[in-house]
Amino acid sequence: MQRSYSPIKDRIIDLHDLMLVIITVITVFVAGLLVWVIIRYNAKRNPTPGQTSHNTVLEIAWTVLPVLILVVIAIPSFRLIYYQDRTPDPDMTIKVTGHQWYWEYTYPDQGNVGVESRYVADEDLKPGQLRLLDVDNQMVIPVGKKVRILTSSTDVIHSFFIPSFGVQRYAIPGRTIETWLEAKEAGTFYGECNQVCGQNHNRMPIAVRAVSEADFNAWIEQAKKSASAARLPKLAAN
Amino acid sequence: MDAASETHAHDHGHDHKPGFVTRWLFSTNHKDIGTLYLIFAVIGGLVGGILSEIMRAQLQFPNNHIVADGQEWNTIITTHGLLMIFFSVMPALIGGFGNWFIPLMIGAPDMAFPRLNNISFWLLPPAFVLICIGLLMGESGSGWTLYPPLSSSMYEAGMGMDCTLFALHLAGISSLLGSMNFIVTIFNMRAPGMTLHKMPLFIWSELVTAFLLVLAVPVLAGAITMLICDRNFGTAFFDPAGGGDPVLFQHLFWFFGHPEVYIMILPGFGIISHVISTFSRKPIFGYLGMVYAMVAIGVVGFVVWAHHMFISGIDVNTRAYFMAATMVIAVPTGIKVFSWIATMWGGSVEFKTPLLWAVGFLFVFTVGGVTGVVCANAGIDQIIHNTYYVVAHFHYVLSLGAVFSIFAGFYYWIGKMSGHQYPEFWGKVHFWLTFIGVNLTFFPQHFLGLSGMPRRYPDYPDAFAGWNFVSSIGAYIGGIAFLVFLYVCYRTFTSKEHVADNYWGEGATTLEWTQTSPPAFHTYLELPRVS
Repeated sequence: MQRSYSPIKDRIIDLHDLMLVIITVITVFVAGLLVWVIIRYNAKRNPTPGQTSHNTVLEIAWTVLPVLILVVIAIPSFRLIYYQDRTPDPDMTIKVTGHQWYWEYTYPDQGNVGVESRYVADEDLKPGQLRLLDVDNQMVIPVGKKVRILTSSTDVIHSFFIPSFGVQRYAIPGRTIETWLEAKEAGTFYGECNQVCGQNHNRMPIAVRAVSEADFNAWIEQAKKSASAARLPKLAAN
Repeated sequence: MDAASETHAHDHGHDHKPGFVTRWLFSTNHKDIGTLYLIFAVIGGLVGGILSEIMRAQLQFPNNHIVADGQEWNTIITTHGLLMIFFSVMPALIGGFGNWFIPLMIGAPDMAFPRLNNISFWLLPPAFVLICIGLLMGESGSGWTLYPPLSSSMYEAGMGMDCTLFALHLAGISSLLGSMNFIVTIFNMRAPGMTLHKMPLFIWSELVTAFLLVLAVPVLAGAITMLICDRNFGTAFFDPAGGGDPVLFQHLFWFFGHPEVYIMILPGFGIISHVISTFSRKPIFGYLGMVYAMVAIGVVGFVVWAHHMFISGIDVNTRAYFMAATMVIAVPTGIKVFSWIATMWGGSVEFKTPLLWAVGFLFVFTVGGVTGVVCANAGIDQIIHNTYYVVAHFHYVLSLGAVFSIFAGFYYWIGKMSGHQYPEFWGKVHFWLTFIGVNLTFFPQHFLGLSGMPRRYPDYPDAFAGWNFVSSIGAYIGGIAFLVFLYVCYRTFTSKEHVADNYWGEGATTLEWTQTSPPAFHTYLELPRVS
C-alpha cells in the first residue's frame, strides 16, 4: 500500500493492518485444514470412511465465532467511516470538477480562482516527470490544513482518487459530493481518475502539491493574476 | 391410453432420437438443451478468454500499443465482463448443468415446460451476436456496469451500445424463462417421496438461484429499458440536465448486479457439495445448515447492493448499514466452507480430478471471501474501490471460484453425460496448470490494487510495471490450460471406452447414478421412489 500522508490514510492503514492479520489467519487456517484433510484422510490412509454428518456444537461454534470476528472488525470500521465522512472544521474548500479528460480545481474561498489540470503527453515529458502521473497545473494545498473537497462533473462520472491521502469520491454530473483531506507534509502526491470515463480515462491523473501556507498564498496571488490575464483578452475579443 | 399405443410409446420413447434438425434446433429434451447450453458456454468462455489474453498482453508492459485506442479498450473490457457472466458462467452452471441434472436428480422425465426451455436457450445466440456487434463496432465502452452518462447517447452515440443493451434484454428474458421453468419443475416434479429436505444440494442451489433470477433480472430489465429510452426517445431518467439522476441507475443496476454474483456462485456450491461428498465417500456434513446457508445468502444478497456505491456520495448512515449487512454474508459462507471441510474430515478421500477442482475451489473461494470482507469495509473501500484489489477479489470468487466449480462439475459428470470418461492424467494437468496460472494472474493484482492501480486502464504509470508483468505471465499459463481443456474434451469424445452407470462407486448416491451413461433419450419412464 502507498505510504500515508494524511490522518485519514493513517486510520485506513491501521484498520487494514488489523484486517490483514485476521484474513491471513483465516486463510492459513482453512488452507491448513485442507492440507490436514488431504494428508490424514486420503483413501490410502483411511480406507473406511466415517459417517458423521452432524455435530451441533461444532456447527454453532463455526457460526458464532465468525460473528464475533466480524464484531471485532465492525467496531473500528464504523468509527472510520464516520471520521472520513465530514470535514471537521474545514480551513478551506476546493471544488473539484471532472471533465473529459482533465480536472478543474476551483478555490471559492480565494476569490474563485481556478486552474485546469491536464496530463503531460509522453512526448512533452521533462526529465524527472512521471508518465501518466504528472500534470501541467497541479492542485496546490497548504500543509496541515483541513481541506474540504467538493466533487462534481460536467459530463460523465469520474472519480477523484488520491491513494496516499486515503481519499476517493465520484465526480457525478448534477451532484456535489463532499470529502476532505489534509496533507501531513509538503510534497507532491499523485492520484488518478478511477471511474471509467471514456477513451482517455487513464490520461487524467491528479497531482497535488502540498506547500507551506506562505507559499500557498503566494501561489494563489499568482494564479489570480494569470487567471485574470487569461480572461482579459477573451473579454476584449467579445 | 390403450395398450397398443402404450407399447408404441415405449418402443419409440426409449431411445429413438429425432433427426438432426429436429433434435438440436427444435429440441425439447432437457439433456439436449443442457448440451447446447454447455457448448454455448464453452464458446462464450473462449471468446471472453481471448479478450482477456489480449488485455493481459496489452498490460504486460507499460506504454504497450497492442490495443491502440482507449475506446477500443473500454469496449473490450465491457464485452469481456458481459460475455463471461451472461454467456459463459451462467449458461454453464444454470442452463447447462441445471438442465441436465435437475430432472435426473429429482427423478423427473423432463423439465416442466420443454418448449419454454427451448426458447430460453435460443434467445441466447442472438444475444451473443448482438454483444459481438457491440464489440466489433467498438461502441460499447461503458464497462459492464453500463453507468450513464457514459452509456448515454451523448457520450456513446453509436448503435453498438444499443446492441449491447438489447443483448442484455434477450439474455435477461432467457434467464427469466429458464428460472421459472426450474422453479416449477423443482416444486412439482420431484419423484414420490423426495421432500424438500431430501432434495440434493445441487437442486437446492439451483432453486435459490432461480428465485434470485426471477427477482433480480426484471430490475435490470427496467434499468436498461430506461437507458434505452434515454438514448433513443428523449427521456431523461438518468440525465441530470432533465431532472434525472445517474446514481438512480447505479442503485437499479446493483439491485440486480449484486444478486447476480450469487446467481453465478450458488449452483457452484451445489456441485462442490456433491463432488466432495462423493469422493470422501461420506454424506454431506450438516445438510440442513448447508441448505439454509444458501437460502440466507440468497436473501441477504438482496439487501447489500449499495456496497458497490460507497463512494457515490451516499449518506454515511446508509454506508454504515450496507457495510454491516455485507459483512453478515461472511457468516453463511463460512458455514458452507467449514461444512465442506467437515465432510472430508474422517472420509476416505480419493484424489480424482473433480475433487482436485473442488479442493482448489475451497482455497480460492476462501481467499476471495476474506478479501470480500475487506472490500465490504466502507472505510477501506475508499481507497480500493475500482482498483485492481476489487478486480482480484471478484476474479477469485468468480473467475476462479465459479469456474473451478464448472470444471469440477464437468469432470464429475462428463462420463454420465457422454458415456465416455475423461483422461485422468490430462484432467490433472488441466487442473494444475489452471490453478498455477490463475493464482499467478490474480494474486499480484491485490498488490496492484492496494498500491492504487485503477481498473479499466489500458496503460498505467511505470510504478505498476512489475506485478502487471507477473499477472500477464499467469494469464498466458491460464490460456494454455484452456487449450489443455479442449484437448481433454477431444480425448473424451473420441474415447472408445464406455463407462458404467455409477462409475464413481458408493460415494455417488443421487438419482442420476441409477441411470445409464449416457442416460437414455427419455429417462424415468417409471418414476423412482425415494425413501
